[in-house]
Amino acid sequence: MTSSPMTTGPMTTLHPAPGSATASAPTTDALLEVTDLNVRFPTEDGIVHAVRGVNYALRSGEVLAVVGESGSGKSVTSLAIMGLLPASADISGSVRYRGTELLGMRDKAFSDIRGKGVAMIFQDPMTSLDPVYKIGSQISETLRTHDDSMSKKAARDRGIELLNLVGIPNATERIDQYPHEFSGGMRQRVVIAIAMANQPDVIIADEPTTALDVTVQAQILDVLNTAMAETGAAMVLITHDLGVVAGVADKVLVMYAGRPVELGHVDEIYYRPRMPYTLGLLGSMPRLDATEHQRLIPIPGSPPSLVNMPPGCPFGPRCPLHIDECDADEPPLIEVGGGHLAACIRHEELQATGTHAEEIFDSTAVDDLLSGGSADTSVAEVSSASGQAKV
Amino acid sequence: MTTLEKDPSAPAAKTGEPILKVTGLEKLFPIRGGGLIRRIVGHVRAVDGIDLEVHPGQVLGLVGESGCGKSTTGRAILNLQPATAGSVLFRGREIVGLSRSDMRPLRRDIQIVFQDPYASLNPRLPVFDIVAEPLIIHNLVKGDAALRTRVKDLVQMVGLNPEHTNRYPADFSGGQRQRIGIARALALEPAMLILDEPVSALDVSIQAGVINLLEDLQDQLGLSYLFIAHDLSVVRHISDRIAVMYLGKIIELADRDTLFARPMHPYTQALLSAIPIPDPERERRRERIILTGDIPSPANPPSGCRFRTRCFKFALELTEDQKQKCITVEPPLAAQEPGHTSACHYSAVRTVL
Repeated sequence: MTSSPMTTGPMTTLHPAPGSATASAPTTDALLEVTDLNVRFPTEDGIVHAVRGVNYALRSGEVLAVVGESGSGKSVTSLAIMGLLPASADISGSVRYRGTELLGMRDKAFSDIRGKGVAMIFQDPMTSLDPVYKIGSQISETLRTHDDSMSKKAARDRGIELLNLVGIPNATERIDQYPHEFSGGMRQRVVIAIAMANQPDVIIADEPTTALDVTVQAQILDVLNTAMAETGAAMVLITHDLGVVAGVADKVLVMYAGRPVELGHVDEIYYRPRMPYTLGLLGSMPRLDATEHQRLIPIPGSPPSLVNMPPGCPFGPRCPLHIDECDADEPPLIEVGGGHLAACIRHEELQATGTHAEEIFDSTAVDDLLSGGSADTSVAEVSSASGQAKV
Repeated sequence: MTTLEKDPSAPAAKTGEPILKVTGLEKLFPIRGGGLIRRIVGHVRAVDGIDLEVHPGQVLGLVGESGCGKSTTGRAILNLQPATAGSVLFRGREIVGLSRSDMRPLRRDIQIVFQDPYASLNPRLPVFDIVAEPLIIHNLVKGDAALRTRVKDLVQMVGLNPEHTNRYPADFSGGQRQRIGIARALALEPAMLILDEPVSALDVSIQAGVINLLEDLQDQLGLSYLFIAHDLSVVRHISDRIAVMYLGKIIELADRDTLFARPMHPYTQALLSAIPIPDPERERRRERIILTGDIPSPANPPSGCRFRTRCFKFALELTEDQKQKCITVEPPLAAQEPGHTSACHYSAVRTVL
C-alpha cells in the first residue's frame, strides 16, 4: 500500500524501498500494519517529534519485539495504535487492523476493536486495574462490553476459567477479591486474563514484566505464552530488556530517537546487527553467561533531544563509526539482506568487521563530558525500571 | 579470580581481618494494631539474623528480589535504620547502638550511594555544593581555593566536566546524576562504599559506563564495596563474592564463579535459571525452573525452611519424610564445600546456566 504524503522533509526517506519486507507486504496476511506513523506533541520548548516514521507489519501468530531505551518512542507508538494518546497529540500515517484504518476512527467504533481485536497489557499492574472494583467485575465488564447477550453468570464462569488459565490458584474465591488483595505478579496475571478475555488477534504488551521480580517475570512470560497459544494471537512486545526479547520474539524492531533503526529476524539482530546502536546495546549488557571477566562497553553520550533534531543520523554523535557523510541526511531504513533492514550508511563495513562491540566501541570511553550540551542532554534516560521500588 | 584485573598495589584479597563483619543482624519493623492505643501486634522480620564479611579491597554482592531485606541490611549496617539486634563491626569497631554524633566520624570511612539519582540529590543545590557539603561538614578542607580544587578533582574522577559544577541536578541525565552521587560519596575518601542498587534506574547503555566507573574507582582507590542489587548479571560482573537473600535471610554465599557454576540452593538455581540471556539460540535451548506462588509475608514467614512454599525440590523431588524436615527444622547456612555455604537440608549442585 502507498504511504500517506502527510509528512514532509527527510521523513519521506524513511519508507522502505518497494519490495522490502515491511510496509509494502500484501495487506492480506498482515493483521496489523503500521505505515509511516508519526506522533508530535506540542510543548513549551517546541514540538517534540516523539515517533518519526514507524513502519511494521504483524502477521498472525508472530511475536514482534519493539526494543529501545527510555524516550525512544516505543510506548508512544503503541499508544498511538490503540488510540490512547491525548487529543493534543498530532498523529499522522496509517494503522490498519485487518485492512481497517484505525487512525482517526471515531471512539465508539474504536471501542469495538479495542479489547476484542487488539488488546493491550500495560507495564504497571498496580495502576491498570481499578482499585474500587472486584477482579470479577473488571473481567466481566470486558466480556459484556463486546457481547451484549452474555449473562452475568456466563461472564463470571468465563472469568473463573480465564483466571485458571493464567495460573491464579483458588480462582472461584479470588474472583471476588479486590486488586489490592493480589501481589504484583498475580495482578499482572489478572491483566493478562482481561487482555485475552475476548480472544484478540493482537496483544500489545508494553513492558509487561518490567515492574516484576525476575522469578515472577519468568512466570509471567510463561503465562503470556499460554495466552498466545490459547488465543492464537500475535503479539507486539515492547521492552528495553534484550534478554527477554531473545527468548520470546520472532522479529525485532530496534528504535532510537523515535524511529526504527533496525528490523529483522531475532537471530539476524542478535548475531548479525547492521546498525552500530544495536551492536552497542548488546555490548553494554553484563552477561550472566560470561565465561571471563570482560569490561562492559558503554555507548558514550545520551540520546538526543526530540525537540529540533539536527539533520543527519540521530545516533551520529554517539557513534564510533561516525563520518562526515552521516550528518548530511538521516539514513533511510534499507534492506541489507534476508529481510533484514538497517538505517546506517556504513552497514556494509559493519558486516565486514564482524559483530563484536569491542571492535568498534571504545570500552574506556566515559560519559560524554556533557560536551556542548546543556539541558538538552538531560532527556529522560532513567529507564522504566525505576518504577520498581526495590526494598 | 578475584585479583584478575585488580591493581596489585590494592589491598590483597581475603587476608587478615575483614573490614566489615556483620553477625546476627536483625531489623524488625513493628506492626501496630488499628485501635486507639495502636498496640504492637507483630513484627515484619525484614532482616532476620544475617552474617556477612567484607574483606578489604573486595566486592561482596548482595542479591535478592523485592522485599527480601537487602536494602534494609545496607541501611542497618550504616545505622540509618538502627538494627534491632546483632553486631556490625567496621574495622573492629561496633556500630550497632552508636548515637548519631558517635556515628559521624565513622561516616567518613563508610559511605552509601542510593538507587534513585533523581531523589538522592538536592534539586536546589548546584553540583558544586552537593559535592562540597560533606567536605565542609567534616571540616576537611581549609580555604575556598582548596575546596574548589578538591571538588574539581572529584567531579573529574567520576568522568564529568568540572566546568559544569555550577549547574543543578535537573540539568544532568540519570547516568550523570549517579556519577554526582558517587563523587559525593567519595569526597571523604571512604574505605568502603555501600552501593544500594546503584545502576538499576539507568538504561543499559548508560549503566555500563557507571559500572565501569565503579570498577575503576575500586581498583584505583582500593575500596571495598557492599554491592546491593537485584540484577544477577550486574552483580556477577562486579562482585568477588555473592550472598543471595530470601525473606530476610542469606540462603547461599559463595565466590562468584562457584555460585554461578555450582549453585546449591534451589532458590539460587531458580533465580539463575529465570534470568534471560541475550542470546536467542541459548534461550531456546534453556530449561527454566518456574517457581510457583509468591514470596510469603515477612511478617509471618513459613515454619522451617522459608523457601519451601515455592521450592520445586520440595514440591517434586522430596519424599514425605524428607519434607517433614523442611517443615519443622529451619536449615542453617552451613558450609557445603570450602567457602561455599547454603541453607538447604538437601543442598545439591545443579547447573542451570
